[in-house]
Amino acid sequence: MDRQNCFHCGLDIIKAKEIIFDKKEFCCNGCKTVYEIFSLNDMTCYYDFEKSPGATPQDSNGKYDFLDNESIVSKLLEFQESSTAIISLNIPHIHCSSCIWILENLQRLQKGISISQVNFPEKKVRITYNPEAVSIKTIVLLLSSIGYEPYISLENYETGKSHIDRSLTYKLGVAFFCFGNIMLLSFPEYFEVKEYWLDQYRGFFRWLIFALSLPSFLYSASGYYVSAYKSIRSKMLNIDIPIALGIIVMFVRSTFDIVMDYGPGFFDSLTGLVFFMLLGKMFQIKTYSFLSFERDFKSYFPIAITKINTDTSEESVPVYDIQKGDRLLIRNQELIPVDGILISEKAEIDYSFVTGEAIPITKQSGDKVFAGGKQMGKVIEMEVLHSVSQSYLTQLWSNDVFQKKVEQKHKTITDNISRYFTPILLLIAFSGFGYWIFIDANIAFNVFTAVLIVACPCALALTAPFTFGNVLRILGKQKFYLKNALVIEQLAKVDTLVFDKTGTITTNKKSNISYEGNVLSDENLLLIKKVLRTSNHPLSRMLYDYLPVSILQNKSEKETPKLKVDAFEEITGKGIQAQIFNQKIQIGSAAFVEKIDDNSIQQTSVHIRINAVYYGKFIFNNQYREGLEVLFKRLSSKYQIKVLSGDNEGERFTLEKLLPKGTELIFNQKPEQKLEFIKNLQQQGNNVMMVGDGLNDAGALAQSNVGISISENVNVFSPACDAILDANEFQKLDYFLKLSKKSISTIKMSFTLSLLYNVVGLSFAITGNLLPLVAAIIMPLSTITIVSFVSVMSSYYARTLIPKGK
Amino acid sequence: MSVIYLLISISILVAIVFFIAFIRAVKKGQYDDDYTPSVRMLFDDELIQSKIEKPKEESSAILNLKS
Repeated sequence: MDRQNCFHCGLDIIKAKEIIFDKKEFCCNGCKTVYEIFSLNDMTCYYDFEKSPGATPQDSNGKYDFLDNESIVSKLLEFQESSTAIISLNIPHIHCSSCIWILENLQRLQKGISISQVNFPEKKVRITYNPEAVSIKTIVLLLSSIGYEPYISLENYETGKSHIDRSLTYKLGVAFFCFGNIMLLSFPEYFEVKEYWLDQYRGFFRWLIFALSLPSFLYSASGYYVSAYKSIRSKMLNIDIPIALGIIVMFVRSTFDIVMDYGPGFFDSLTGLVFFMLLGKMFQIKTYSFLSFERDFKSYFPIAITKINTDTSEESVPVYDIQKGDRLLIRNQELIPVDGILISEKAEIDYSFVTGEAIPITKQSGDKVFAGGKQMGKVIEMEVLHSVSQSYLTQLWSNDVFQKKVEQKHKTITDNISRYFTPILLLIAFSGFGYWIFIDANIAFNVFTAVLIVACPCALALTAPFTFGNVLRILGKQKFYLKNALVIEQLAKVDTLVFDKTGTITTNKKSNISYEGNVLSDENLLLIKKVLRTSNHPLSRMLYDYLPVSILQNKSEKETPKLKVDAFEEITGKGIQAQIFNQKIQIGSAAFVEKIDDNSIQQTSVHIRINAVYYGKFIFNNQYREGLEVLFKRLSSKYQIKVLSGDNEGERFTLEKLLPKGTELIFNQKPEQKLEFIKNLQQQGNNVMMVGDGLNDAGALAQSNVGISISENVNVFSPACDAILDANEFQKLDYFLKLSKKSISTIKMSFTLSLLYNVVGLSFAITGNLLPLVAAIIMPLSTITIVSFVSVMSSYYARTLIPKGK
Repeated sequence: MSVIYLLISISILVAIVFFIAFIRAVKKGQYDDDYTPSVRMLFDDELIQSKIEKPKEESSAILNLKS
């Protein structure tokens, strides 16, 4: 076996670092420790449910010190009493049954925990513990040490009791209860046999049915009355008006029928209709509880930060309490929550959450650091310039876009149809009534009500929910997660696509490194790699990973002892130099290697000098996503494409070559300018889809008609948006757009079908022949055909449109 | 035949009992997470199993000698 995977986390094991413990291979000490913890507590069957389910624990030294602060902890807790406390923690790593098992057996690892319960879809664990026996910090550290690090952010700071709206479930339950019982009790009436005992108990059955229909009519259908009332008030005819009208007329007419002993009424159809429509509503709501579409900076920012007091003591303070002039301590991997000035000598700040830029930026003492960056490497100190709400990045959220109601008045396709449907329906009903009134007033009343009953656009109302519900699920399987069904309609209407550059069409996972200059021999490359290994600078790490491994492997076995790095020196902000194998190697900035940089465009590059001879430079280019060229080519025929970037014009030439002609490229855009750009496009009458990733796109995403955020890890980071797309599925974007268009045409086809049903039904109604039995057949029949039609059609399109090769 | 009043009333009552049970289940949040319980019900006695296995592995040699 050449390649081995870690028993705990499943990653490939690098031979040199392999650790064998208990006859099992581990990739690192962290994984081994987790295994040790589990085996000590007889919990090794963690590894039985799923193969290599674990994650390598991250170093959490000092990271959770803020949990010692009582006031912060009390904000996080769901419930607190002297001996019991409950906390819900979000753990992004939860992904398999092993995770559930280990997290629900936490009480075996830590005394004081009484119950821990996992909610898998939400990736949360709810822990009940005794605060006298164990502190929350201990629990969090325990979780981190076994690879289940909880994600605690500023968002958790205001955890109120989250209210779950279950009214639809109740309504559906009531509707089904009424529908089922009424159906059973209606059977004798369907076979209208003139039998003695049937006649005898007819009244009893009918009144029982009437009583059973009341909860459905009054409670389950109540949402339709409210919606219809609202739409009349706002003078927008939506589909709920004919529905509410149909339900009410049906109920009144049926009651009238029973009272006057004309017939059994339409209670079976009425309750069936209510049930099916609620079912459609339920189907349409496909929620991805582990995703959040409403995120703002709060979910990125830490809840507390270490403050250095004037007497140099350290203290954890809530982020909201930070004031101008405070001194803060930022540890490795911690996020900078406010704008400030760097006091420490040097910092490597990773702004990938904000801009999507993969390469960290080096800041020196006295430089301004902006909120949103993540410190990489050593502990730094900084002085605060603005409080959280006034920082450069967070100010974006004071823009009007974020204050607006999320529920924008968007006319749905169903509403558009019903604008014509409702008046026509009323016209038919009244003309039918007008015609019959001269012949027989009784029939006229029957016809009038029958028209409204049969034309109740139940099938029409079901079409959209079932189509969208189905498409939503299909897209979800392809890792394109939509906020709700409305997004599909908006996707179909889009005519302009705006892409962010960094992090969206480029990937921030890897950089494309190229070399320019004199050819480096294999020996030299080996030496460079050796030197780089000693350095912790992010660029060194990337370059180290990039340099071919083969050159190292061939020789390292024999020559390693000779290749000792001597006189290694890292000069802040400049580069590294070292003596190795009697060669002096210098790696760093242009100034460092005494080379006058003739390149006017800003590029991230690392220069190489060996024994005072300049060789050349490694250039770190953005790596564009796979399939980008093909995707843009396909999209450009149908859409206007624009690329917005916060960067300088360094990449203009490459982009122009890569992307189809006519693609507009705009550089040097600040977050607010991006937002304005989208707004301008919309004012010109365009339907804009924005594709972005970082926090700096948040404004543009909110302003656009459809905001899609690209995410490398769907579980953790994505700004507020309408849809979240897994970065690996980026090249499928045109397929998603096509599918949304096809789903709209599916709906249109199905509308035609349901109108045909209505015509048939109306011909019964207008001639005065609508018997309860006919209604009881027509209505479920149309419902079932419509539902199966749209499901089959949308699934068919999803399959035939899928790009080849996948 | 008037027994039909009784029978139907009983059937409705039974239905109502189930309906109330449903409402209570929803209220308790049983429908909020429809995935985790399906996994959870599959493990409960794993811990005991591993406890038995473990000593066997380690002490089997000693046991063999003794017997």
